[in-house]
Amino acid sequence: MDLSSINPTLLLASLLVAATPILIAAIGELVAERSGVLNLGVEGMMITGAICGFIIAVETGSPLLGFIAAAIGGALLSMLFALLTLFALANQVASGLALTLFGLGVSALMGQGYVGIKPPPTPKLDIPLLSDLPFFGPVLFSHDLMVYFGIALVAAVWAMLKYTRAGLILRAVGENHDAAHALGYKVVRVRLMAIGFGGACAGLGGAYISLVRVPQWTEGMTAGAGWIALALVVFASWKAGRVLLGAWLFGGITVLQLNLQAAGVAIPVEYLSMSPYLITILVLVIMSSDRSRAPASLGRIFHASG
Amino acid sequence: MLKLEKRPQPSRSWTYLTPLLAVVITMIVGGALFSLMGNNPVEVIRTIFWDPLFGEFAFYYRPQMLVKGAPLILIAIGLSLGFRAGIWNIGAEGQYIIGAITGAAVGLAFYPMESWIIFPLMVLAGALGGWAWAMIPAILKTRFGTNEILVSLMLVYVAEQLLAKMALGALKNPDGFGFPGSRNFQQYPSGHNAEIIAGSGMHWGVVAAFIAVIFAYVLLNRHILGYHIRLTGQAPRAARFAGVRPTRLILFCLGASGALAGLAGMFEVSGPAGQINIDFNVGYGFTAIIVAFLGRLHPVGILLAGLLMALTYIGGEIAQSNLGLPAAAIQMFQGMLLFFLLAVDLLTNYRIRLAKAEAA
Repeated sequence: MDLSSINPTLLLASLLVAATPILIAAIGELVAERSGVLNLGVEGMMITGAICGFIIAVETGSPLLGFIAAAIGGALLSMLFALLTLFALANQVASGLALTLFGLGVSALMGQGYVGIKPPPTPKLDIPLLSDLPFFGPVLFSHDLMVYFGIALVAAVWAMLKYTRAGLILRAVGENHDAAHALGYKVVRVRLMAIGFGGACAGLGGAYISLVRVPQWTEGMTAGAGWIALALVVFASWKAGRVLLGAWLFGGITVLQLNLQAAGVAIPVEYLSMSPYLITILVLVIMSSDRSRAPASLGRIFHASG
Repeated sequence: MLKLEKRPQPSRSWTYLTPLLAVVITMIVGGALFSLMGNNPVEVIRTIFWDPLFGEFAFYYRPQMLVKGAPLILIAIGLSLGFRAGIWNIGAEGQYIIGAITGAAVGLAFYPMESWIIFPLMVLAGALGGWAWAMIPAILKTRFGTNEILVSLMLVYVAEQLLAKMALGALKNPDGFGFPGSRNFQQYPSGHNAEIIAGSGMHWGVVAAFIAVIFAYVLLNRHILGYHIRLTGQAPRAARFAGVRPTRLILFCLGASGALAGLAGMFEVSGPAGQINIDFNVGYGFTAIIVAFLGRLHPVGILLAGLLMALTYIGGEIAQSNLGLPAAAIQMFQGMLLFFLLAVDLLTNYRIRLAKAEAA
């Protein structure tokens, strides 16, 4: 065992990269859940985004177009969920599971000819002076743009929910859809947009895994990241700021266990690979004592009778 | 304008018709997708749904229906109990793996001793393993109110890692020349889940699946516990007033589904699969969710749905080798089935009426 081989600077730098996919997916799901929709299909939308982004990036050579395609792919898939839950009034838990199973199948089918290919590299930020700073340079100022995009997205969602009228309406719909409906807000339309946003974010998060984090395509490569994103929303008590904290925590654990594997710690690799999932469970247990913060209409079907 | 009107009670006839309708729509849309991929849709659908039953090699495929259907039915029966009560165990895949590991571990511990008692002990160990794995989300839910969906699912990934560890470590075949995987139960008569009638596909897991169907039917229709499960699902408040204790129900539903999934894993590892290996699990635990819904959470329905899903597995394999259809296409096909089922379910609970435009 050689713990000195773990470089704290690199550890912190890769923490931000590891946190980004679940961060983006979780912030999207948070918006959907604040509107009262529990979409368990995050994993399916992420993997679909991962392959859509990968295919387009490989075919066009542009990672940017890839990310755009991933967002569109995730949003399209989420529209299936919206169709089921908002218009066919189906159970949200079952519909979300269906979305995940379907997404895993579709992505595997689409990715047939793309195994073992390398995607075009995503450019990294390189600011003269700042990026060359010791420690702070590699940790803060030399990532690809998606890392900063994710953090900006969290800030934007936080501000939107807290300070804008649109955020207020979204929260009203999530807390009590009947009252919101009586006030004249379009419950279905608000939820449709929230679900679409959640899908686009999940797609982006997935594409980040296939284009930057790994970067290649393998079947089922998201390996539960979508479910961890769902757990993150619970961990964050449905607050945008805490999603950031949670994502860094999980990112940190993932990176740390990978580093420990590489350093040859006496713990078997399999047990180290389990740790992010086990810690997710542990965190869920700690956070679940306080359930008052969940949106009151979460998971309930809205049907405007009358 | 179309308008939805909630039915006072779910329509009886649509309850039976919607699964069939969903299958038909899936065949049509699936066929269209297959033709987009450059296949003849009629040929693909015939290969998947007709050839395994009545084709040239049906004598080989028909027993496979039981082999593939049994674990699906066994798991789905357990899941349906919880789903009815609003308890969502979606980590059956993990319980299936753990059941296989514990069952196999007990069997391998006795190797090379021969005795009739070994197989029953393995069955017991498999059920206990699955039960214990499901007790983790159950106890966390009852003690701390933790979401059972997320916990049970996280445990699938943990179980997969554990499986890899066992296949490469503790349970590895000492005579296996360093290859991963345990000893093969097909070469260990006391621990082998052999076919009861040779060539019929009928192994002990199939028997267990049929028993589970009967038990679930009696439980749901004739026993107070089954009544409580249904009551909790349909009217949670009324159930609380009637004195149903949610804690007991959660422990029972998750425990029962875990034990059944564990059994399925144990029968699979000691029979068709033969050994613990890294790629032992093939997603039965997730497909069983589709089976449970397609069977309307009803034991007899699940029996039929399980056989149908087994058919798509077998037909999918034939289509894979004969027509070059990718394996993922079948996975997508199965996901689509659940989609359409949930969508047409609208007809069960709502009436579609033509409404005159009215002033808002």
